[in-house]
Amino acid sequence: MAWVNAIIQGVLIGGLYALFACGLSLMFGVMKVVNLAHGDLATVAGYIGVGIIAVSHVPVLWSIPIVVVLMAVLGYVLQRSLIQAAITRGELTTLIVTFGLSIIIENGLQQFFTANSRGLGVGDSFITASFSIGSQITIAWFNLSIFVLAVVVLLGLQQFMSASKYGRLIRAVADDREAAQLSGADYRHVFGIAAAIAFGTVAIAGISDGMVTTLSPTIGTDTILLFAFASVVIGGLGSLWGTLVGGVVLGVAQAIGAQINPSWEQLAGYAIFLLVLVVRPQGLTSRGASA
Amino acid sequence: MSENAETRIRSENFLKVTRSRRNVLWSGIGALVVVVALFLFPYFVGPGTTGIMVQGLIVLTLASMWNLLAGYAGLVSVGQQGFFGLGAYFVLIPAMHGVTPWAGLFIAAIGAAVCALPLWWLVARLRLGYFAIATWVLATAIMLVIEQVTSIGGGTGEPLPGLSGMDPAVLTAYTYWAALIVAVLAIGGVYLLLRSKVGLVLTAIRDDERAARSSGVRVGTARLLVFIVAAAGCGAAGGVLAIEQLQVVPGTSGGVFSVQWTAEMAFAVIIGGIGTIEGPILGTIVYMVLQQTLQSYNAWYLIILGIVAIAVAIFARRGLWGTLDERFNIRLFPVGYHLWSPGETRRRKRQAAVQAAP
Repeated sequence: MAWVNAIIQGVLIGGLYALFACGLSLMFGVMKVVNLAHGDLATVAGYIGVGIIAVSHVPVLWSIPIVVVLMAVLGYVLQRSLIQAAITRGELTTLIVTFGLSIIIENGLQQFFTANSRGLGVGDSFITASFSIGSQITIAWFNLSIFVLAVVVLLGLQQFMSASKYGRLIRAVADDREAAQLSGADYRHVFGIAAAIAFGTVAIAGISDGMVTTLSPTIGTDTILLFAFASVVIGGLGSLWGTLVGGVVLGVAQAIGAQINPSWEQLAGYAIFLLVLVVRPQGLTSRGASA
Repeated sequence: MSENAETRIRSENFLKVTRSRRNVLWSGIGALVVVVALFLFPYFVGPGTTGIMVQGLIVLTLASMWNLLAGYAGLVSVGQQGFFGLGAYFVLIPAMHGVTPWAGLFIAAIGAAVCALPLWWLVARLRLGYFAIATWVLATAIMLVIEQVTSIGGGTGEPLPGLSGMDPAVLTAYTYWAALIVAVLAIGGVYLLLRSKVGLVLTAIRDDERAARSSGVRVGTARLLVFIVAAAGCGAAGGVLAIEQLQVVPGTSGGVFSVQWTAEMAFAVIIGGIGTIEGPILGTIVYMVLQQTLQSYNAWYLIILGIVAIAVAIFARRGLWGTLDERFNIRLFPVGYHLWSPGETRRRKRQAAVQAAP
């Protein structure tokens, strides 16, 4: 039963990893930008949440929409200025610019907030409330709601991309920038919108991570970016469901690793990642060729 | 038509193809003088300054390797700290069994290179951004594995044995010489590699990978070679760090596996000028000046270095050296070829260009 419990906890945390991954996946899918600052931007979102709660004393859950809007605006501005300038100069420049941003943000956070970790408390009763199935399986309402949140975000994004006018525009620009431009779509603006959406999901991911564990300046690169990337690779590029599958597989692998030996948690996750990279480089869900 | 004909006549009569437009002998002598002066350095300054120079030489070695990876082979690695850390452990582990750390430096270079071979197999088919994060994951995975081994310090680190009896000033000087030899070998190795046939292949990949591939260039083999050489260089640099610090501490913040090492090497290369041998040298000098002036402000030097690197990447893509080279056409390490006619001076060439323009 301990194993079943581990797998269930892994699936639930996998939802969080899918949340980490969907912004990274979206930016790569639309702009072909591998955003190395992805994890640090999520950390920034978490810290903005901490700041808002400290200043205005709103409940944590109310801070989410505020941070999402702020991050979306930041995403649009950053995309239209720095990232667009980098894209036009080539892929090496894009990597250097996002890597530079990552290092600047991480060290900046360390200067302003020190290296100490801090949490985003939701209120004790909700954090600790749980229900049990049988004698050994205990599911925290909080972890379950994060998983549901992840599914809702991914489902909403999928629906938005396939059915809405802007979603079609984004896919058109992702497919063929020049052709979309000829049809009257300003691809820079569309890139900005896509970045705004990606940063919005990054905000949700950052705050969720702050609520599940604690925030510290280094989690952006130590966990969020690498877990997000591992989820994308395991699941396979191109579909948001693949991202969810990737996140869940990563979460379950970590949970099983931790069950065998507590210090093997991360290692087990990366082992699965490397295995997929070697055996099935196109990912578990993708039928197409590798990236 | 007439211009074509003239070019042909000229090529038969006057044009020469050489490595450099100036006499290579002078820059060779210049380089020798600089290296000899650097070797004599510890006799004239205190151990404090020598210690700072060791840090600079470590970054110089790393930057030269990253330049080879990203500037010539198109391999933007964000995981070089993995090989750097491995190098430190390849000095530590033999030292714990009685091997002198100086000999450990060779083990570090060879060991890191051997480790690079299977790791290359994992990431070989990935490109650019994917390659970047995958190497980062690999570096983290290497660290997690090493942290499991408690006999070499586990997650907390281990002091380096074998050098405790030495006078601190003498030890600093020895460390400096070791670091200098590693840096000179790294730069010299990159120079010789780029002048060889592989260098031609790498330059072709740097300029246009697709064109190189379609001309039958073995891109994959050249990349593998660069990956292994860069691993050896970073491993040796990590070994020097182990000797300088007299301990090896793992971990991503402040330890040998910190991504800040890759940030430092990458930023130095970008600021100095990517795709030139001189660029990393210039970039390392900029890095050292910033780091020393801002050393009392914690990590601010890295933040400013990052901002400068982003600005250079966007506004002056060829970096400091590229900008100098554009203006003055100088090359300390000639690895390309010049096509020129001996009677032609640069001024006359510029006049001809002005006249040719409509």
